[in-house]
Amino acid sequence: MRPQAPGRTPRGREAPQGCPGAEDQLPEASEAPAREADKYDERIVAVTMPKWGLSMQLGKITGWIAAEGDDVSVGDDLADIETEKIAGTLEAADAGTLRRIIARVGEDVPVGATIALIAPASVSDDDLGAAVQEARTVIDAGVPGEAAGGPAVETAEVDGRRISYAGTGQDGDVVLLVHGYGGDRNSWLFLQEPLAAQHRVYALDLPGHGTSAKDVGDGSAGTLAGAVLGVLDAIGAGRAHLVGHSLGGAVAVATAARDPRRISSLTLIAPAGFGPEINAGYLRGFADAQTRRELKPVVGQLFADESLVTRQLVDDVLAYKRLDGVSAALHALVGALLDGDSQRMDSAAAVAEIGDAVPVTVVWGSADRIIPPAQAESVAGAVRHLVDGAGHMPHMERPAEVQAAIEETIARSG
Amino acid sequence: MARTITYREAINEALAQEMERDESVIVMGEDNAGGEGSPGEMDAWGGVLGVTKGLYHRFPGRVLDTPISESAFIGAAIGAATAGMRPVAELMFVDFMGVCFDQIYNQAAKFRYMFGGKAVTPVVIRTMYGAGLRAAAQHSQCLYPLFTHIPGLKVVLPSTPYDAKGLLMQAIRDDDPVMFFEHKALYDLAGPVPEEGYVVPFGEASVVREGGDVTIVALGRMVHTSLEAAKQLAADGVECEVIDLRTTSPLDEDTVLESVEATGRLVVVDEAHPRCSVATDIAALAARKAFGALRAPVETVTAPHTPVPFSNTLEDLYVPDAQRIVNAVKTVAQWAR
Repeated sequence: MRPQAPGRTPRGREAPQGCPGAEDQLPEASEAPAREADKYDERIVAVTMPKWGLSMQLGKITGWIAAEGDDVSVGDDLADIETEKIAGTLEAADAGTLRRIIARVGEDVPVGATIALIAPASVSDDDLGAAVQEARTVIDAGVPGEAAGGPAVETAEVDGRRISYAGTGQDGDVVLLVHGYGGDRNSWLFLQEPLAAQHRVYALDLPGHGTSAKDVGDGSAGTLAGAVLGVLDAIGAGRAHLVGHSLGGAVAVATAARDPRRISSLTLIAPAGFGPEINAGYLRGFADAQTRRELKPVVGQLFADESLVTRQLVDDVLAYKRLDGVSAALHALVGALLDGDSQRMDSAAAVAEIGDAVPVTVVWGSADRIIPPAQAESVAGAVRHLVDGAGHMPHMERPAEVQAAIEETIARSG
Repeated sequence: MARTITYREAINEALAQEMERDESVIVMGEDNAGGEGSPGEMDAWGGVLGVTKGLYHRFPGRVLDTPISESAFIGAAIGAATAGMRPVAELMFVDFMGVCFDQIYNQAAKFRYMFGGKAVTPVVIRTMYGAGLRAAAQHSQCLYPLFTHIPGLKVVLPSTPYDAKGLLMQAIRDDDPVMFFEHKALYDLAGPVPEEGYVVPFGEASVVREGGDVTIVALGRMVHTSLEAAKQLAADGVECEVIDLRTTSPLDEDTVLESVEATGRLVVVDEAHPRCSVATDIAALAARKAFGALRAPVETVTAPHTPVPFSNTLEDLYVPDAQRIVNAVKTVAQWAR
């Protein structure tokens, strides 16, 4: 997938009422319909509606790029797809001849439903016809009801706080994604599902964020690390790979420092705690902003390309900030992050202590305006990836590069 | 955590959470307890359309059934507010406001001013408005323009369950008298609403659909009719920006003006009568402050200047529908200037 832009809604489309946790109301779509066609003839390969983010239930083909009869290779563009939140291009995951296009432009298709068939010329039209009919039934049935839904958002009670998390993926190591200051588990919408092809991937809402309890205590990385360990306990994971962004990077490091045996690898994306410099104006501005007009330029600093900041994105953040308790949480976190205008947190010493026991990778956008990318040099013993042209949100701006860095880090853990 | 609940449930939840949070919040009105404690069907009620259902048992002594005397219990609510309570009074239909108008416009609305800022009146008056329920001329009006006219009152018209909860929580926490308008036809509308408490501030319009060709400003139930029209128009290649005012006092002028400056074309959709209305007010705003940007005369889509008809056929014609909005948008879109 190549996202055109995180959160981008094309002009003229209806925006759902702002509410960051809105997706929680919906049952997660079942993975079941995928490769429905396989049962007809193993040479028929189904192209299915992708799942971009845990909240996605439906996608709409806005245009087919490939045509019936085209020979496609892995990675070729097949179709443009639009969801409630994002638009992107579906790439072929299999090579072959595109024999049938099933999903029509403009119709709503449930995630996982077969939208086209790839098959060699030797497969008969009759066999294809049966597979098309089956796929058509799935599309026409729409999103499965609650009974057919997959894993929902779960909660764990940690240190007296309700912590929300959501997981996907059947097999493999546990990967836990830890968002940054002011974010939530949906920050990983472009990464969680792709990573789940190989791993069991969980994302949590840190205290003070998303749908978790809003009390953050002293707001320190150590306190927040307690929530991370609590989620690992709740999912029964003895060990896990941690991926942490910004404040979540410092939290991941603090988690590893507290219980190194439980951490298999660390991927730190623009992490806090590796130098004094930080954009204190951003942190305070985010906590203080009351209106869309105040918040928009603040949020714009997160991205290299400010046009990625849509009205929907700002409205979602505002709706979160207006929940009872959030303002106090954010101001407590600012106090924990800042000493004057400098960083208070220190992750560097902890990483040096962890040493060679755990593979560490640091990923940084070259155009980061929140924490300078030069601080990557202070992450001792880490493999460093500089994402050219990305801002503070490379996992949203360049998800494929970040995914590759995470996969590589996991592989290094042996 | 957000789940899907109805507009009615969202209002009930806001009341319950605020009563939980603040002991000075009380609920009062006709049948608000709804015959609780007596046998039979009445037990299930809680206000005439069930909005306050269940509160009586959760908050004993703080949900008051009142006599059918609006002038008495609205006066009592306002008095209680001046004495430190935060009453939420339910005035069944806004059509009945006439008998208690003095308490609202000449007392509650004036206290802060008359006492030099030393008095606050944190009262919320919830009331139903709007046509569509075959309830005829005396139970179907949209009288929010009357209240919008009066300084000292805040006037709120939520269009979604999310806004209903957040705006009502803001209304209860607000230190000024708030008129809270609930459209009868929206009570069963479902949408995502966070479980936690939250506020939607007053004076902040919501852009519910983005578009660059024509601005549609709407409020209350008409937001949904406008979205329906915008969807039809998009199929014809006309992209509308739909703005939900959410509150008419205070009014978010900036969001309206910014949109009009971008599109140059404005249609205002309002279920109320056309004279001295929100529709004419917004049209005047655009004419005064965005005249240079306008590329077409402002169109308004409103009910006619008549009482709401009792005849089903006539009532359906009375309420602005998507087709009338489509026509108005096409009219302003055709102007070349």
